[in-house]
Amino acid sequence: MWLSANESEALALSLSVAARSVLLSLPLALLLAWVLTRRRFPGRTLLDAFVHLPLVLPPVVVGYLLLLLFGARGPIGGWLERVFGIELIFTRNGAALATAVMSFPLMVRAMRISLETVDRGLEDAARTLGAGAVDRFVSITLPLMLPGVLAGAITAFSAALGEFGAVITFVSNIPGETRTLPLALYTALQTPGGDSEAARLAIVSCALGLGGLLLSEWFARRVRRMLGR
Amino acid sequence: MLTVSATKHRGAFLLNAQFELPTPGVVALFGRSGCGKTTLVNVIAGLLAADSGHVALDDTVLLDTNRGINVPPERRRIGYVFQEARLFPHMSVAANLRYALKRAAVAPFIGLDRVVDLLDLTPLMGRRTHALSGGERQRVAIGRALLSQPSLLLLDEPLASLDASRREEVLPYLETLRDQLAIPMVYVGHNFEEVLRLATHLVLMDAGKTVAQGNLSEMSLHPGVRAIIGAEAVGAIVDGTVLGTDLSSGLTRVQVGQGELKVQFPEAAPGTRLRVQLLARDLIVATAHPRQISVRNSLPGVIISITSDVDDSDLIAIDIGGLLIMARVTKAATHELGLAPGLPVWALVKTASLRPHVI
Repeated sequence: MWLSANESEALALSLSVAARSVLLSLPLALLLAWVLTRRRFPGRTLLDAFVHLPLVLPPVVVGYLLLLLFGARGPIGGWLERVFGIELIFTRNGAALATAVMSFPLMVRAMRISLETVDRGLEDAARTLGAGAVDRFVSITLPLMLPGVLAGAITAFSAALGEFGAVITFVSNIPGETRTLPLALYTALQTPGGDSEAARLAIVSCALGLGGLLLSEWFARRVRRMLGR
Repeated sequence: MLTVSATKHRGAFLLNAQFELPTPGVVALFGRSGCGKTTLVNVIAGLLAADSGHVALDDTVLLDTNRGINVPPERRRIGYVFQEARLFPHMSVAANLRYALKRAAVAPFIGLDRVVDLLDLTPLMGRRTHALSGGERQRVAIGRALLSQPSLLLLDEPLASLDASRREEVLPYLETLRDQLAIPMVYVGHNFEEVLRLATHLVLMDAGKTVAQGNLSEMSLHPGVRAIIGAEAVGAIVDGTVLGTDLSSGLTRVQVGQGELKVQFPEAAPGTRLRVQLLARDLIVATAHPRQISVRNSLPGVIISITSDVDDSDLIAIDIGGLLIMARVTKAATHELGLAPGLPVWALVKTASLRPHVI
């Protein structure tokens, strides 16, 4: 293997953090996409704006806000640690939370677009056949919006691999725990003689990004064929 | 008995509908496009909330806004065949059918085998839905609706998106369902030919209102129906009973009112009920009983009324013994023959112009 132990560690950590991040945000994004597309309620526009906030805020600000809320003395972070013993600060779970928040709008967006293309008439048809709300969602809506869910998950995974500002602000840059690929690359650039390491990490990042895009396209094609489009 | 009443505001459109259907029977909601037929059907299905309304099938109340009863669509046991079929694209034909069967609220009274058999679905079972023709899609949609074990079937212009020959591929199946299953049906259509072949009752709708209703024979001469189907298609729909088949001519004799019609319908056993439409343009009116003439059918009757119609013609309504038929003649003929209400006449019609079908 032409990667050093440190570099392999950063790669493995990045994949682990990105996977946790997607697992964390997927159900929540699905719920929010559904609520924002299908429900009309006061405050919907505000909720919509709030979901999109990480897209327009500097990542450092997001990291700072996370620190306030989820830090050891933050209202949520303190509670999580007392009740569940979950530590977020300076841990890979914290890194996953930071990347999840940053990539959340991308995921919700992809899901909303595909949910909007689902023919409500098919849900009505399922309804007349005796399918209740949850049944309809699982048997009709979800399979039909699967291309968007997969696209959202893959995009969010790729974005999670590359998140820098929010991660370094919230959980710092700890080797083996929170030093993901971009953080390792940044550290290498700051280290005298780290040029070749930085180059290798950059190549790995490019390969992962490209792989993600190709995988996403392949999935989308398979699902389209399955749906007969 | 299916009883329906509903009001619903939708912008400038107001639905205000009431009708009743003795069950089992097939009621056709008939009217121009945009008159609210689909809206009414959606209220019956529960997919659209009425401002006020009452829907009941026999003893089961499905909607009663006064009493706060509103059974959700998934528990109404109403099968719905949509105009555009709405098959689930991510499932095979077989999976679409089983989807309905699996969710049926009652023990199946009609099983998968029977539905597949009734609608000839065997060759389609393994296919994906997007590979089906329009007629095949509708047959699958009808089968799927049946497998939900419905106590009422709604059909919203199921043939509207099909061309004439495809329509002919599906219509006979609908006739079979009507004859073999005792499921009441509400049929939305604006093609009178379909209505003629399927319906037992007709509800005429105009601008959101139900303006008239009755059995098909009564309604076939209604001015509102005539206005929609056009002068060429106007004609009384009469039901008759097969008396027997003439061995020499091979023609079937059908008792209609106090008269008799000879029709070509070889396989009809005596006692069979046949329905036939006597188009006004095909009828000839005679003031004496004609003898030397090739026309096989002369129905004796009495003129009830004469109304002016398009192109300098009159519509002569004739009572042929409890049944009303209508003949179109020129105003000149009305004048020369001295046609007037109360005059006994004979209505003549060629056997070749009659297309009877079993009801």
